[in-house]
Amino acid sequence: MSFINYASREINCKIVYYGPGLCGKTTNLQFVYQKTAPDAKGKMISLATETERTLFFDFLPLALGEIRGFKTRFHLYTVPGQVFYDASRKLILKGVDGVVFVADSQEERFDANIESLENLKVNLEEQGYELENLPFVIQYNKRDLPNCTSVEELRELLNPEGVPEYEACAQTGEGVFETLKAVAKLILLELKKGGAGA
Amino acid sequence: MLDPQQSSFVMYDEEFKRINVVIEKLLRESNSKVIFLVDKNGQLIAGCGETEHLDTTSLASLTAGNIAATGGLAKLIGEKEFSILFHEGEKDNIHISIVAQRVILVVIFDQRSSLGLVRLRVKKAGDELAVIFEDLAKKTAEAEKSGNSDSPFAEITDDDIDNLFS
Repeated sequence: MSFINYASREINCKIVYYGPGLCGKTTNLQFVYQKTAPDAKGKMISLATETERTLFFDFLPLALGEIRGFKTRFHLYTVPGQVFYDASRKLILKGVDGVVFVADSQEERFDANIESLENLKVNLEEQGYELENLPFVIQYNKRDLPNCTSVEELRELLNPEGVPEYEACAQTGEGVFETLKAVAKLILLELKKGGAGA
Repeated sequence: MLDPQQSSFVMYDEEFKRINVVIEKLLRESNSKVIFLVDKNGQLIAGCGETEHLDTTSLASLTAGNIAATGGLAKLIGEKEFSILFHEGEKDNIHISIVAQRVILVVIFDQRSSLGLVRLRVKKAGDELAVIFEDLAKKTAEAEKSGNSDSPFAEITDDDIDNLFS
């Protein structure tokens, strides 16, 4: 749920990066953090284990600039991808405005992608959301690896609705900003549709 | 604000001022250092006191994460929520409470105050804040019902959005 503050003329939106364990959600945020001007970003927070696996969430606040005199801020969150952290994932989805699903293109992670996407739908429904009604984009990550499933195959299973999709290599940053831009745009268009109450 | 179908939480000038009056009074009466209000999704609503050296955005997000995690714990043992959290440090302490089941009130204080005093004052301020948030919810609901489109985003164009990324 976006937060419009008429007093400070700000609008805040929450974007959640979802996906199976080790698919590159945190890497996406790290790249955005590295490439953003210091005055446009806050501190990136990672609540991770000693082995850099996300334990609770990563958080990165971004200020994009002004629209009609309102400062636009996006709060980027990742969820912990490992299956047994489901309770934490549910909490992070609270108040979400837009979702990025980061798929791991490697063949051996094919089932993990499907499982994670199903889990996303279930957890959203528990909070009263439906994925179809939310700004949603898919990123096919790790396209640089040799053992990739073809985009066609991934699309067939993960993106039957045809939401915006991007090929990416989060390590090098390819496709990272395209993905972020796409989901931010969908969120702003959603706000536009919402009129006064949105 | 609790309804996920409602797409936005809106803050108006009038309520923002009323909120600031209440938390500034709480800051004085509880002898605390910093006070801020956060919504349960982690957005900072208002703050006062010695905030200039604090990363309030991160604090807001972590506070909400903290409340969410504690709420999850509460449910697991059959409680609705834990409405008060208290973290004690060597110098500074954090008192976190849920106001009107919607917003999170955070008070940071040191030895110039005490947990008892903070609890007492927070309770009173919490009641006052609850009234304001009730008014705000009504106002937002009315605006939504009447379809009164004073949203700054009703008129945005694709160009406006593209300009953000240029």
